[in-house]
Amino acid sequence: MTSARDTVLGSIRKSLKTAPGDALRAGAVDRRLADAEPGLIPTRGQKPPAEQVNLFIEMIEAVNATTERIADAKEIPTRIAAFLRAHNLPQAIAHGADTRLDGLDWTSEPQLERKTGATSGDDLVGMSHALGGAAETGTLVLTSGPDNPTTLNFLPETHIVVVAAEDICGDYETLWARIRAHYGKGEMPRTVNWVTGPSRSADIEQTLLLGAHGPRRLHVIISG
Amino acid sequence: MEIRSETFKQNARVALDDAQLQRALGNVEKGFIEKRRKAASKLDEFDDLRNRARDIKDHVLEHLDLYLEAYEDRVTASGGKVHWALDAASARDIITDICHTANARSVTKGKTMISEEIALNDHLEREGFEVVETDLGEYIIQLRKEHPSHIIAPAVHVNKDQVEADFRAHHTHLDPARDLTEPETLLAEARAILRDKFLAADVGITGANFLVAETGTSIIVTNEGNGDLTQILPRVHIVLASIEKIVPTLEDTSQILRVLARSATGQEMSVYTTFSTGPKRPDDPDGPDEYHVILLDNGRSGMLGSEFQDMLRCIRCGACMNHCPVYHSVGGHAYGWVYPGPMGAVLTPSLIGVDKAGHLPNASTFCGRCEEVCPMHIPLPKMMRHWREREFERHLSPATVRFGLGGWAFFAKRPALYHVATRWAMRSLKWLARGKGTLTSAPLAGGWTKHRNLPAPAGKTFQQLWAERQRQSGKDGAAA
Repeated sequence: MTSARDTVLGSIRKSLKTAPGDALRAGAVDRRLADAEPGLIPTRGQKPPAEQVNLFIEMIEAVNATTERIADAKEIPTRIAAFLRAHNLPQAIAHGADTRLDGLDWTSEPQLERKTGATSGDDLVGMSHALGGAAETGTLVLTSGPDNPTTLNFLPETHIVVVAAEDICGDYETLWARIRAHYGKGEMPRTVNWVTGPSRSADIEQTLLLGAHGPRRLHVIISG
Repeated sequence: MEIRSETFKQNARVALDDAQLQRALGNVEKGFIEKRRKAASKLDEFDDLRNRARDIKDHVLEHLDLYLEAYEDRVTASGGKVHWALDAASARDIITDICHTANARSVTKGKTMISEEIALNDHLEREGFEVVETDLGEYIIQLRKEHPSHIIAPAVHVNKDQVEADFRAHHTHLDPARDLTEPETLLAEARAILRDKFLAADVGITGANFLVAETGTSIIVTNEGNGDLTQILPRVHIVLASIEKIVPTLEDTSQILRVLARSATGQEMSVYTTFSTGPKRPDDPDGPDEYHVILLDNGRSGMLGSEFQDMLRCIRCGACMNHCPVYHSVGGHAYGWVYPGPMGAVLTPSLIGVDKAGHLPNASTFCGRCEEVCPMHIPLPKMMRHWREREFERHLSPATVRFGLGGWAFFAKRPALYHVATRWAMRSLKWLARGKGTLTSAPLAGGWTKHRNLPAPAGKTFQQLWAERQRQSGKDGAAA
């Protein structure tokens, strides 16, 4: 019996008037996959690094995220405690098993509870560490793993994301190169999340509302 | 879902008299057009990116068999499983089997038009599963037992007061005295109810905007985050995608993503673009244990190599319907199946047959706005004309149309006779108008004059006027 796979592929080949084993076609496909050439990068994504950070902030604020810039990652604990106080949120956050966060000195904020690991929906504030940011649209790029459970990006009502200023670049392509360098060519973590602002819906009479199913609030701390 | 494209004319008539619908349709014209225009004008490279997006998909379609094989290899290598489905029935069976094997009771769904195409919800419910649509618009229409009327804004035909009534009718465990007058309160209520459904689901089904051959990755683009909660919380994630969703690399995907949201909602980028590859890894604290991809053909492989191949470039942004005067007037349900507007007028006859959907390619003014805004440069009006030709060849057009066209062809093939006949017709129509600018009735034009006046001709044919002008300018030229 012919499998569905063979039937579908056979039907495609019949329509394209080709047969398996055409070396020219196979070569074109192999090359394209191997080279993964970047295409056209918008000029706004090609500014010098310092300008990229400013553009990133401008773009992500335009889609209702809030941002703050700090000189040193050491300030993260105090900034988070202050952010929670300012928004009348309890002093509690959930984040992944992230050595960059665990390595910080949290003793200055003894009242701040930290929970490590995924969330099942009862945490009000989730915190993540972005792999980077693409300035052209103000897009955060987060990769899943023990250090960044994906549930933290979506279940808590407030999402705080830390990103190093040096990890903000102009375009998406630079971030793909970074992911390839880390995971290997053709390999990916289970989930890569591009996040551009807090969750929203315009499904009721085209009225834009924030906090549809994901976070109502997205706060980005840019360090360095 | 039940196909009602055959009765397009009646559907349209009902839609035009539906006051609620007409009010809701005003939001389409108001909202989408200006937002897209602004987003496109803010990016200097937008048109260049459209060309590149078109070229990427053209390349994929010419090598689709090879890219599908490469994609399958990568999915398998990352621990996922690819299932091939020739048609709707086999796709439904594969999904049902996966759900049964997982001992599932509850299934959540992200918005997927292909699941409408294969009528998945009814099937799963008959098999005893609870099926919950999680996109706010899809959830609203699921409660109303309706189908999407727009591919990216499925409930665009529904007004706020109707949503309130639906929520009161279905969420009977909540306080009847609660205030639901504002969209915010409606959204908050849906969020709370659906949050419990997300957490309880055993299987999550999403569609895919793209499938990346390089990495075996499926991509969804959403604003609500429902597609993400649908795939990271249940034990099993099923991706339902049609075969033409393939793109070669992550870089190619990024090119097309730059035109997708801008064309669809006028956003620079949608809020959540999610790249999923395989099930969760051994040390991942969350994510699904199983990852399945159903690759659905359902008539698409037959479109390759035909005059409808370009339609397979479509990325489902909805720009064509957002700019279509016919869609603005009748809405999506009149088209009678999953895909409305210009893209539906081309795709629906390809998938269900021109005998069932022949009216759709006729529902066009050929104003050309759809092609103008299509990020993938799909020649929609040209393809609608192809369908009209096929409809004519297969004698599916009504007798009046066939005889009318036959009569016109008789004269058109005999230029001398044609000139005499048209001169006589123009003179007669001018005489009929009796000096007025318009005609309220004319022989053989009842279909037109029933609804609007026919502009009266000048009494001469275009060719006569042209010849006179040429003679005149010849004289002027000689005089100078």
